[in-house]
Amino acid sequence: MRKQRFWPMMMVLLGAIYFVVPLYATFEFSLRERRGEYSFDSYGNVLSDSQFRDTFFYSVVLALATIVISLGLIVPTAFWVHLKLPKLRPVMEFITLLPFVIPPIVLVFGLIRIYSRPPFVLVSSPALLVAGYVILSFPYVYRSVDTGLRAIDVRSLTEAAQSLGSGWFTILLRVIFPNLRVSLLNGAFLTFAIVLGEFTMATMLNWPTFGPYLALIGQNRAYEPAALAILSFGLTWICIGLIQLFNRGSQGQSQLAGTR
Amino acid sequence: MSFLELENIRKSFGNTAAVELFNLQAEKGEFVSFLGPSGCGKTTTLRMVAGFEQPTSGEIKVGGVNITHQPPNQRQIGMVFQSYALFPNMTVANNIGFGLRVAGKSVAQIQFRVEEMLRLVDLEALGKRYPHQLSGGQQQRVALARALAIEPRLLLLDEPLSALDAKIRISLRNELRAIQRRLGITTIYVTHDQEEALSLSDRIVVMNAGRIEQIGSPFEIYNFPATPFVAQFVGTLNVLQALVVDQAQCHLEIGGQPVYTAKPLGNTPNGGRLSVAVRPEMIDAAGEDEATLHNQLRGTVEDVMFLGAVVRVRLALPDNKIFFDTFNNPHLETPRLGQSVTVRFPREAVLMLDNRVPAAS
Repeated sequence: MRKQRFWPMMMVLLGAIYFVVPLYATFEFSLRERRGEYSFDSYGNVLSDSQFRDTFFYSVVLALATIVISLGLIVPTAFWVHLKLPKLRPVMEFITLLPFVIPPIVLVFGLIRIYSRPPFVLVSSPALLVAGYVILSFPYVYRSVDTGLRAIDVRSLTEAAQSLGSGWFTILLRVIFPNLRVSLLNGAFLTFAIVLGEFTMATMLNWPTFGPYLALIGQNRAYEPAALAILSFGLTWICIGLIQLFNRGSQGQSQLAGTR
Repeated sequence: MSFLELENIRKSFGNTAAVELFNLQAEKGEFVSFLGPSGCGKTTTLRMVAGFEQPTSGEIKVGGVNITHQPPNQRQIGMVFQSYALFPNMTVANNIGFGLRVAGKSVAQIQFRVEEMLRLVDLEALGKRYPHQLSGGQQQRVALARALAIEPRLLLLDEPLSALDAKIRISLRNELRAIQRRLGITTIYVTHDQEEALSLSDRIVVMNAGRIEQIGSPFEIYNFPATPFVAQFVGTLNVLQALVVDQAQCHLEIGGQPVYTAKPLGNTPNGGRLSVAVRPEMIDAAGEDEATLHNQLRGTVEDVMFLGAVVRVRLALPDNKIFFDTFNNPHLETPRLGQSVTVRFPREAVLMLDNRVPAAS
C-alpha cells in the first residue's frame, strides 16, 4: 500500500515544484521594487498607471462584445445541427477547430488584405478585431455548447415547446439558452481569458488592448512585469473558480433532466 | 364528418415506407390507441398528427380543417412524451403555465389555470418544485397538466407510462383515463403494451410493419382478431398444428384427438395441415365428459408455473404443446408433473390462423 503510493506522490510533488517555484519566484521578485525590503510598490505602480486601466477596460469591452457575438452565432447553429442535421456535426467540429490550425498571424493578414479595400473597408474599425476574436473563440465556445446540448434532450424539449405554441425564437430564448447556462458560462469565461491576453491580432490591427500593453511593460520595466504576471494569473484563477462554482451550483439540475 | 380524420396517410424515409395507407376517423372525446411492436409506424403516425413529421402523402384534418401543412406550434395539439420533456430550468408551475405565457395570457389568468391544472393532477403542493425534485410519476403528471393547460383540441401521448415502474404505471393509467373522461378530450395514445391499450381505449388501432391490421374496440380486438398478427400480438395464444380430417365438417385432429371448429377451415384439403389457435383462458381442466359438445384434449402435465392469481399449466400432446390457466385456489390440488389431464374448450374458441405466417408465439 505504502509502496504503491510513493511514486505517484513523488510525481505530484515534482509537478507541484515545477509549477509553484517559478510562481513563487515571480511573486517574490515583484515585491522587490524597494531595495532591501519587501513592498507592494510595483503593484501600486501598475494599478495607478492610466494606460493599464485604459487598455484593460478596452479589452474587457472587446471581450464582452466577442462573447455576445460568438454565443449568438454558435448557439443557434449548434442547436440546429443537433436537431435537424446531426450528420453535419463532424463538419462543425472541423470548422470550429480551424483557429487552432491557422496561426493568428496568418488569419490577421488575411483579414487586413480583404478588409482594407472596397467594398469592405473595416481595418479602421475595432469591429474587425472583434470579428477576429470571435473566430479565435469558436473552438472553446462550440465545444462547451455542444457538450451542453448533448446533456439535455434537445429534441423532446424543442417538440414539447413547439406543441405548446412556441416559435423558434421563444424556444431558443426560454428553453435552450437557460438550460445551457453552465456551458455558456464556460465558453464565455474561456473567451474572456483569451481576448484579455491576445497579442498578435491587436498589434497588427493596432488597437490599444491589454495584450500589447503587457508586452510593452515587459520590455521597459523591471519589477512591474512580474506584478502584472501575478495579477493576470490571479484573474485567470478567478475565472476558473467561477466556472467551478457555477458548475457545482447546477449539477443536480443538469444530471436529472429527462429520463436518462 | 368525424372530428379527427387521417386520410390515406403515407410516410417514407428514403426508400423505406414507415407508414402505408393509414386511414382513421376519430369522434370528439374518443380515446384511440395505436398498438403495435416497435418500428410498426405508430409513433411516426402520432408525430405526423402533432406536426413534427410531414406525411409523404395524404391529409390530416381536425374539425374538418386540413392541418397537414400547418406548423406544430399553430396546431393547438397537446403532447406528452415518454421522456416527460419537462423544462428543467422551470418550476412545476412555470412548466404548466409555459404554453399560456407563450400565448400571451395575463399573469392572473395563468395563475388561475395553473392552480386548476395542479388540482386536476393532484399536485397542488408541488407548484414551486423543480422537475428534478419529483418522482417519475409526478413528472409525467406535470407533463400531462402542461399539455392540458392550453386547452388543446387533441391530446397525444407517446408511450407516456413506459419509463415508470409497474405499480405507478397502473395507478397513473387509471388516473389518465379518469381525467380524459372528465374533460372529454379526444386522445391518441401510442403504446406497445397490449394491457394498456385494452384497458384504456375506446378503440384500438393494431399496427404492424407500417400498416393497420385491425381497428376495433378492445372487446373486438381481443375476441375477434381479424388477422393472424392481431391474434398473436394481443393476448397470449396456443398455436396448434392440426391435421384436416373433414374440411366440410370442420373436423380436425390435434395430437390424434378430434377437434371441431365453429368457423370454416378455408382451402386446406382433407389430409392437409394447418395452424389453429386457442387462448389459454378459454381452456379449462374440467375432466372428461362424454356428453359435451366441447372439444377435449388429453395430455400429460409437463410444467406448472405459479403466477400468483393464476396457475399456468403446460400439457404435452403427442405432437403439440398446449398451456392453459386455472385460478389459484389454495384449497384445490394443483396438477402434478407427469399427471394425465383432460382439458376442454368450446368450438368457438378455436381461432383460424393464416398459414402463410410462421406460427411463432
